[in-house]
Amino acid sequence: MKNLKATLLSFIGLSAVLLAGCNDKLTVLDPKGPQAQRQADDTMLLITLMGGIVITVVAILIFMLFKYRASKQSADYEPPHIHGHWLVETIMIGIPVIIVIFLSVVSVKSNYIVENVPEGYEDQEPLVIYASSSDWKWHFSYPEQGIETVNYVYIPANRPVEFKLYSFGPITSFWIPQLGGQKYAMSDMVTTLHLAADNPGEFWGRNANFSGRGTAENIFDVKAMTAKEFDEWVTEVHETADPITEEKFDELLEPGHLGKSTYTGTHLEFSPAPHHEHHDDEAAEDHSSHE
Amino acid sequence: MKEFFAQFAIPHPSLLIYIAMASIVFGTIALVAVVTYFKLWGYLWREWITTVDHKKIGIMYLITALVMLFRGGVDAVMLRMQLAVPENTFLEAQHYNEVFTTHGVVMILFMAMPFITFFFNFLVPLQIGARDVAFPRLNNLAFWLFFMGMGLFNISFVIGGSPDSGWTSYFPLAGNEFSTSVGTNYYMIALQIAGLGTLMTGINFITTIMKMRAPGMTLFKMPMFTWSALIANLIIVFAFPVLTVALAMGTMDRLFATNFFTTVNGGMDMLWANLFWVWGHPEVYILILPAFGIFSEVISTFARRNLYGYTSMVWSMIVISVFSFAVWTHHFFTMGQGAFTNSIFSITTMAIAIPTGVKIFNWLFTLYKGKIEMTTPMLYAMHFIPLFTLGGVTGVMLAMSAADYQYHNTMFLVAHFHNVIIPGVVYAMLAGLTFYWPKMFGFMLNEKIGKATVWVMSIGFVLAFIPMYITGLDGQARRMYTYSDATGFSFLNMVSFVGAGIMTVSFIMIVWNIWYSFKNSPRDISSDPWNARGLEWATHTPIPHYNFAITPDVTDASEEAFWDSKKKGTQLFKGKIEDIHMPNNSGQTFVMSVFFFIAGFAFVFSMWYLAIFGLIGILACMAYRSLEDDHGYHIHAHEVEEDEKKHAQKGGAK
Ligand code: HEM
Ligand SMILES: [Cu+2]
Repeated sequence: MKNLKATLLSFIGLSAVLLAGCNDKLTVLDPKGPQAQRQADDTMLLITLMGGIVITVVAILIFMLFKYRASKQSADYEPPHIHGHWLVETIMIGIPVIIVIFLSVVSVKSNYIVENVPEGYEDQEPLVIYASSSDWKWHFSYPEQGIETVNYVYIPANRPVEFKLYSFGPITSFWIPQLGGQKYAMSDMVTTLHLAADNPGEFWGRNANFSGRGTAENIFDVKAMTAKEFDEWVTEVHETADPITEEKFDELLEPGHLGKSTYTGTHLEFSPAPHHEHHDDEAAEDHSSHE
Repeated sequence: MKEFFAQFAIPHPSLLIYIAMASIVFGTIALVAVVTYFKLWGYLWREWITTVDHKKIGIMYLITALVMLFRGGVDAVMLRMQLAVPENTFLEAQHYNEVFTTHGVVMILFMAMPFITFFFNFLVPLQIGARDVAFPRLNNLAFWLFFMGMGLFNISFVIGGSPDSGWTSYFPLAGNEFSTSVGTNYYMIALQIAGLGTLMTGINFITTIMKMRAPGMTLFKMPMFTWSALIANLIIVFAFPVLTVALAMGTMDRLFATNFFTTVNGGMDMLWANLFWVWGHPEVYILILPAFGIFSEVISTFARRNLYGYTSMVWSMIVISVFSFAVWTHHFFTMGQGAFTNSIFSITTMAIAIPTGVKIFNWLFTLYKGKIEMTTPMLYAMHFIPLFTLGGVTGVMLAMSAADYQYHNTMFLVAHFHNVIIPGVVYAMLAGLTFYWPKMFGFMLNEKIGKATVWVMSIGFVLAFIPMYITGLDGQARRMYTYSDATGFSFLNMVSFVGAGIMTVSFIMIVWNIWYSFKNSPRDISSDPWNARGLEWATHTPIPHYNFAITPDVTDASEEAFWDSKKKGTQLFKGKIEDIHMPNNSGQTFVMSVFFFIAGFAFVFSMWYLAIFGLIGILACMAYRSLEDDHGYHIHAHEVEEDEKKHAQKGGAK
């Protein structure tokens, strides 16, 4: 019995080691922006705390199984009738209550951090990018810069980015794990995801929500660059790319996969985002746009 | 004519589907041939199809659950095989989508649900010392409706096409625009029919438990499984109507172009998510609470001790049942509802972990000062504790809404819910099956094979699911039929596949064990082979049709009535044998369910004349029933006495 329990324990140990060992390699635990950083910190906190709980349970279990197994006792031993004990039960409820209260505080704080302009970037004007999905592509519109890209997005590093998400079909989920967790894009409302990259770098993003046959390849590239590089890129696009027309855009919307492409102008001009905004709690600015 | 048949064709046929089709056809032909050859039709009709005996209905649920376990299992192996190596071409995208959709639906609704319903049926009346359930004929109807729903869902595979938008069936993906085959019609209608059956079960068992307990059995003397059954059935009665409404709306969207959940004309896709999870989250507790009940019975029996903290066990279940309705939004933290809403649901979700933790510690302390015997059911329970704890704590991780933005829709989530459902629900069901097997069939399952099975299963489980936590954190999204080598997911996915293979071996070992024990196990076991504690062991094996010759009286006993009678000599059976009133069998329920099947099938394909025919059939059956006089019948006292004598000679209980 003992060696069997030991195997079980070693499995759990093994997975803990694996997790710890991969710490700086696993994408979610390798954050490149403040939002992802907060999520990675929470994750590490949780892994430690939750690991502690699992180890406690396993330790008590092994102790009980070792100490009270029938083969160690005399044949005429009769286990007693024990109903409970107020102290044991208080501890047993009390400790989880404390853990949950503690985690609730952390959770609420994190919620407000993740739903707002990234910490340390409050004084900057965020760059607004509309990210909309169609079967099975991502369209990025930069209203301010007047450009549009398909399946890739360039952002300036060290500047908050406000992604406005919606969809031309089934629900999708916009996810760049190294910059921050995902949020849904739906056809009847716009959701907002605040991200920022601390340094220039290249990342991947994808639709994480199942949206039909082509979901697996519904991916895009993300590149964070210096402000200067970003401006140069914008200028270059204006010099070289074709304008996006309604016909062209309708073509892009056809179900299927496409490579990357770049346009001047945005589809928002002839095919605006849904009117309904899903507000953050405090950012209830433009109720007037409701139909 | 051609068009008429064209609608039944599979939209995306593949070799695998043809093989499955052929095996279904040949399997059916073989089955019919065997039944006919042995002249079993009459026996089946009289003894099983029309039965109102809760034990037999239970066994029919059990058979359904086991068959579906294997169907869902084949799906699972196919899914893991596809992901074992990057850029695999074993399944193409569409087929993969259909397989994971049906896998999910089959496992939750047509495997786990009938499995727990089997335990409700088989155990509850015995544990409370009743002769049957409150509404025996409704019980038969509930089974057949469930069965017809299951059948309807399963034929989607070979007629018209399987659903392909996930077991959550989120709109607008599940709407006509994006899901063009009839697959989702099947989903909506099959779940509707099966769900009606489940709702009936819920009502039936609440009534049974509230009204039919043996004299002296107060609520706080009920065995733990009966408590879990009561709470689970209460959740059923509150949750399933929501599913009914959601499915009805979804069906109307698909068949009559209403726009409840569409992208145009004011449809709201979020409404589906809300309705689905208002049912869906309580649903996971409908599954896990009875599992907790089974583990409580098993652990106290083999720790040879009463359950520690009985009262806090009960209250924790009550709290869980209330809270299970207050957390559904955690399934769509990422739908943009903002920090405030997410905070509320994050806290309520984590709060559920507290009563769950209480239960874990109660089981641990039940071992304290016990005399632990490691039988097969106990081994399942002892593997359940650490593995389920792991599943629970990862649930708490997911409940941290801000962090969940990173876990949602990834393999991490998949690892979590399998980590609670497999060691929680499936292990409990298998533990309970092994535990109660002798009571049902009069022989024990082989212990050596049984224990080996548990170990193989757990090793397979760990290898199959722990890697998913890691690939999830590494960014592997769920429900993706393929990935590139560059992602670096391939090694762990291969490990996962190997684990799935090992788990398959363990399930084959269960079948082998049944066969082996059927051949080799002695038949002269007593009616209490495990030295158990509850009333269900106080009757003979095999259990007489009427359960107890004399209704037990537990006024002098604790919640472990049978144990008290063994240890303290309390008298359970007082008074003398009297005439027993029993309900009649009925074929009307089966016929009505067949009409439900016909109407359901017709709705799937929008064949209105046939649908009207089916509906009229249903109404006719109802009318027939309301005009029918059925007073049941009596087993006379002397017949019961003779029966009891026969049992006593065979070396029965008491
Ligand atoms: C300690 C208690 C538990 C907690 C705190 C918890 C928490 C969660 C959370 C937050 C999610 C949603 C995650 C996401 O979508 O990103 C989830 C999903 C899920 N949970 Fe649990 N859970 C617990 C117990 C259970 C139990 C007992 C079961 C089943 C018997 C279960 C089955 C599921 C399933 C099936 C899903 C996935 C549904 C899907 O999206 O396909 N959970 N859980
Ligand atoms: Cu849930």
